[in-house]
Amino acid sequence: MTSLRPYRPIPDGTHPSNAYEGYGSTKLRHPKQAAITIPQTLSEITGPVAGFERFGPLEVDLTMQGKAPAQGERIIVEGLVLDEDERPIPNTLVELWQANAAGRYRHDGDQHDAPLDPNFTGAGRAITDAEGRYRFVTIKPGAYPWRNHHNAWRPAHLHFSIFGPSFLTRLITQMYFPGDPLLAHDPIFNSTSDPKARDRMVSTFDFNLTKPEWALGYRFDMIVRGRNATPMEAQG
Amino acid sequence: MTGATPFQTVGPFFRFGLVFDGCSEIVGSPDGARVTIEGTVRDGAGAPVPDALIETWQADSSGRYHHPEDGRAGTATAFDGFRRAPTDPEGRFSLTTVMPGPVPGPGNRQQAPHLVVGVFARGLLTRLVTRLYFDGEAANDQDPILELVPADRAPTLIAKRVADGRYRFDIVLQGKDETVFFAP
Repeated sequence: MTSLRPYRPIPDGTHPSNAYEGYGSTKLRHPKQAAITIPQTLSEITGPVAGFERFGPLEVDLTMQGKAPAQGERIIVEGLVLDEDERPIPNTLVELWQANAAGRYRHDGDQHDAPLDPNFTGAGRAITDAEGRYRFVTIKPGAYPWRNHHNAWRPAHLHFSIFGPSFLTRLITQMYFPGDPLLAHDPIFNSTSDPKARDRMVSTFDFNLTKPEWALGYRFDMIVRGRNATPMEAQG
Repeated sequence: MTGATPFQTVGPFFRFGLVFDGCSEIVGSPDGARVTIEGTVRDGAGAPVPDALIETWQADSSGRYHHPEDGRAGTATAFDGFRRAPTDPEGRFSLTTVMPGPVPGPGNRQQAPHLVVGVFARGLLTRLVTRLYFDGEAANDQDPILELVPADRAPTLIAKRVADGRYRFDIVLQGKDETVFFAP
């Protein structure tokens, strides 16, 4: 017999609807039937919290993965992984992937006419510390064009993937940069309808993180689903 | 209290960031019957989806989760129940694991052996959540989650046995035979 503490629903307007029309690729890919609500069981409350060594060695400095330093503007990105009750999530995996300074991904499918940097993979991996903190040194990615609509440009962004303590706290998101004029025109950023929630995807420039004579610092906290204070009915 | 960070699409170019050697394969030499699960992800026009990523999570062969909140006596298990499988240019994915045991469910009932499944892709702004059950398991008939699914759609959740230890699980994102997705 075991009692479980369920995760709360995320308020409407935070996560995008998969049927968001502004992003053309959703058209044939979003389910048309409503998701069926099910109780959270031990299968959902648990999730990968160990064994992250198998993903590969930690890579927290993306500027020094090649034979020479990567090209572009060096930046520091640091933040906390927390739940909605601001409890830190320690020892969880943070995966980062991104385009290079010219706005080009190291991926066969990326046909953007911009140079690859042989010294920049654009992929990194960190584990949060006891306070839920992660830190990367990387290159500020470039904006790049895509074919969603005429003159469509993705604002500069970092892709982040985190696990948290449960299958239900899994999160893949994108981090943007403050003051980017492309944000107002980007359907992916704007697929989140609540402007306050949208702002949580924009990092904060931080002089305290900035290292003099070396790199600008940006702060970006990632917040996963919180849980109820009281257990649900006993299971099993 | 603070608000959650919104989900964003995994995009088309995630492979170099998320796919690592062995990510879809059995880790170590766990107890239990080996199973291979193969399938194709298709869109609403029936076209294969070549830029999807499947993640699965499951219990070990005795039905225990490698997680501190599986508080049952004797739960210590080192079984790595996580798999990640990208689709290929034909929309196909494949993973190997062990057959999970039955696990506790709501109302003091047992759940039939299953994997919980997350689906990511370009064109999906969030993760879709579904479950994979195994063809021919008698416990499927009493599963407390399967019984919440309309009978005509439940077959989308059952992996078909194609040979000993080999199952086929196709995922249809939209339209005819659309896979049942869950909101836990």
